[in-house]
Amino acid sequence: MNAFIVISIIKAAVVAFVLLTAVAYLQWVERKVIAHIQVRMGPYRVGPHGLLQPLADVIKLITKEDLVPPYVNKPLYLFAPFIAVCMALLAIAVIPFGPTINVAGYSTWMQLTDLNIGVLYILAASSMGVYGIALAGWASNNKYALIGGLRSSAQMISYELPMAIAIASPLLLSNTLSLRELVGTQAGGIWHWNVLRGPFPQIISFIVFLIAAFAETNRVPFDLPEAENELVAGFHVEYSSMKFASFFMAEYLNMVTVSAMATLLFLGGWDPLWPAQYGSNLIPTVIFLIAGLTALYHAANPARKMDKYTFPAFGIVFLILAGIFLLPIVQSWLLPLFWFCAKTGAILFAFIWVRGTLPRFRYDQLMRFAWKFMFPVAMLNLLVTSFLVAWVS
Amino acid sequence: MAEVPISWFLTLSAILFALGVAGFLFRRNIITVFMSIELMLNAVNLTFVTFSYQLKQVNGHLFSFFVMVVAAAEAAVGLAIILTIFKNRSTLQIDDIDSMKN
Amino acid sequence: MDVILFLVFAIIAVVSAVNVVVQTHPISSAVSLIGVMGSLAVLYLLLGGEFIAAAQVIVYAGAVMVLFIFVILLLNAGAESKSGRSFMVQLLGVPLLIALLGLLAFFVQRLFPRGVSVHFGGFTGGTAQAVGKALFTTYLLPFEVTSLLILIAILGAIVLARKEID
Repeated sequence: MNAFIVISIIKAAVVAFVLLTAVAYLQWVERKVIAHIQVRMGPYRVGPHGLLQPLADVIKLITKEDLVPPYVNKPLYLFAPFIAVCMALLAIAVIPFGPTINVAGYSTWMQLTDLNIGVLYILAASSMGVYGIALAGWASNNKYALIGGLRSSAQMISYELPMAIAIASPLLLSNTLSLRELVGTQAGGIWHWNVLRGPFPQIISFIVFLIAAFAETNRVPFDLPEAENELVAGFHVEYSSMKFASFFMAEYLNMVTVSAMATLLFLGGWDPLWPAQYGSNLIPTVIFLIAGLTALYHAANPARKMDKYTFPAFGIVFLILAGIFLLPIVQSWLLPLFWFCAKTGAILFAFIWVRGTLPRFRYDQLMRFAWKFMFPVAMLNLLVTSFLVAWVS
Repeated sequence: MAEVPISWFLTLSAILFALGVAGFLFRRNIITVFMSIELMLNAVNLTFVTFSYQLKQVNGHLFSFFVMVVAAAEAAVGLAIILTIFKNRSTLQIDDIDSMKN
Repeated sequence: MDVILFLVFAIIAVVSAVNVVVQTHPISSAVSLIGVMGSLAVLYLLLGGEFIAAAQVIVYAGAVMVLFIFVILLLNAGAESKSGRSFMVQLLGVPLLIALLGLLAFFVQRLFPRGVSVHFGGFTGGTAQAVGKALFTTYLLPFEVTSLLILIAILGAIVLARKEID
């Protein structure tokens, strides 16, 4: 009992720390990727290739004046960003990052806790996240914030429906609500993943889930309620410094949660692309080797003066990482973690890619898309999947 | 003791129900009256689940599920009615909606 | 341990419920009602009803209360006015309410003095599987009828809340 409590506290601390750092660096990745899509550099000066930019942003936001306007509804105004971040963090408590890991004799799953109803728990946490935005819009006592908050919460609850139905379809194939067992039923290679297996490959469901995830997290092309040039930035217009930062932290945490859900439900969680006995353990080594050699090659004739020092450093770091993946001690937990992070990272990259590419939906187009297209498509998919599953078994 | 007697759950449910009745009878804002009805329905749900625990059957959970569904449908239609009333009378106090009184 | 959990969340539930009834502004009542529903979800978990706990948060706290908050925000309902409140009602009503509560509590204590004790793991039949099985075998007819009820509610809400076509 004692060991369980201590291990749980350590796991919670590790997950919280890693997640918050990952959210800060996710913002760095987003700025770099969007910059390169738009043929410019992105953050470059603060630290090598802008790697210390998130630190600079955090320092700036913390030291800004934390103004509470006098005309706001103070309890709700102070409560709303707290709710947004709290519910976003709660959803991550049940996400499994990999199988068991043995540390100093104690074996534990790489997951804070496993519930029988894990999928329903994540749906519940994301339903409660709507309140952060609705109450922020109301408490700000500002008509732009109110309209932005109302639009955003209406959008979020409208897209919860296609998302829930898109989640129900792979659950028919996997027959379990627990996230740990969900990954267990998809073991064995890419043709066993829920997106490609069984009587009906869940490709439509995957696409519906991703589109609904874009709308749930208020990302482009569904970010009308919070865009800077619409409605004077929407529901967070009266917030400053850390409370403003918490809304954005909540948005990035929600992005991480829905990407992790897509990985667990559709892409097989931490399972490798093909089973380990055919050599898939060497893939991370190969990837980091290629990255290191590319960095070292470009270090030979750098385009900019600073790259003479930074590219060789990056190259050596990548080669060291490639070497780490060959050590057998760490392979049992590092490889599944690598696959999980690779798949989640790919979906997050898709989020960022879409942000740099697509224009915004108008609000009535957005709502019409949800109710007249996504919901019927998700229902038809569920119908066909359940019919085929009942026919096969 | 590490266990909760089941009568505590039933007493809590009774307290919540009584508070719901109080809100229903004493408040004059129509939305607050509606929320007191939801509070009463929640208290009844707790009673159902408690008895399901005592009898070790899952039927209480099913009743609770149906109560939730009916409450959701009732909330939807009731709020639509409230919106219509507000559109026509511009007031949410139930004492002012008395045009059928003589 | 279970007793502490029950007491904490029961007190949160009662305090939030009192807040629902006492607050003048509807939005404070709505936020307190969300607190009641959340603490009731934890109590359902203590009673082994994991599916009902998740359904409570998803349906009640996450959808029905959002609807309430929408309507309050849209109608811009202000705080309730204090005029015209009848003193006679309060003089008569509060003692009658306490009498109702006392009667209910007395009957509860009378009928279940040595009832079952609640602890985590005492009832494991509340899983999603058990509820789903019962829903689609014993309770199939009510299930289908409630789907019809929801359809009627959707139609009613759409008809009542749409704009007049002039």
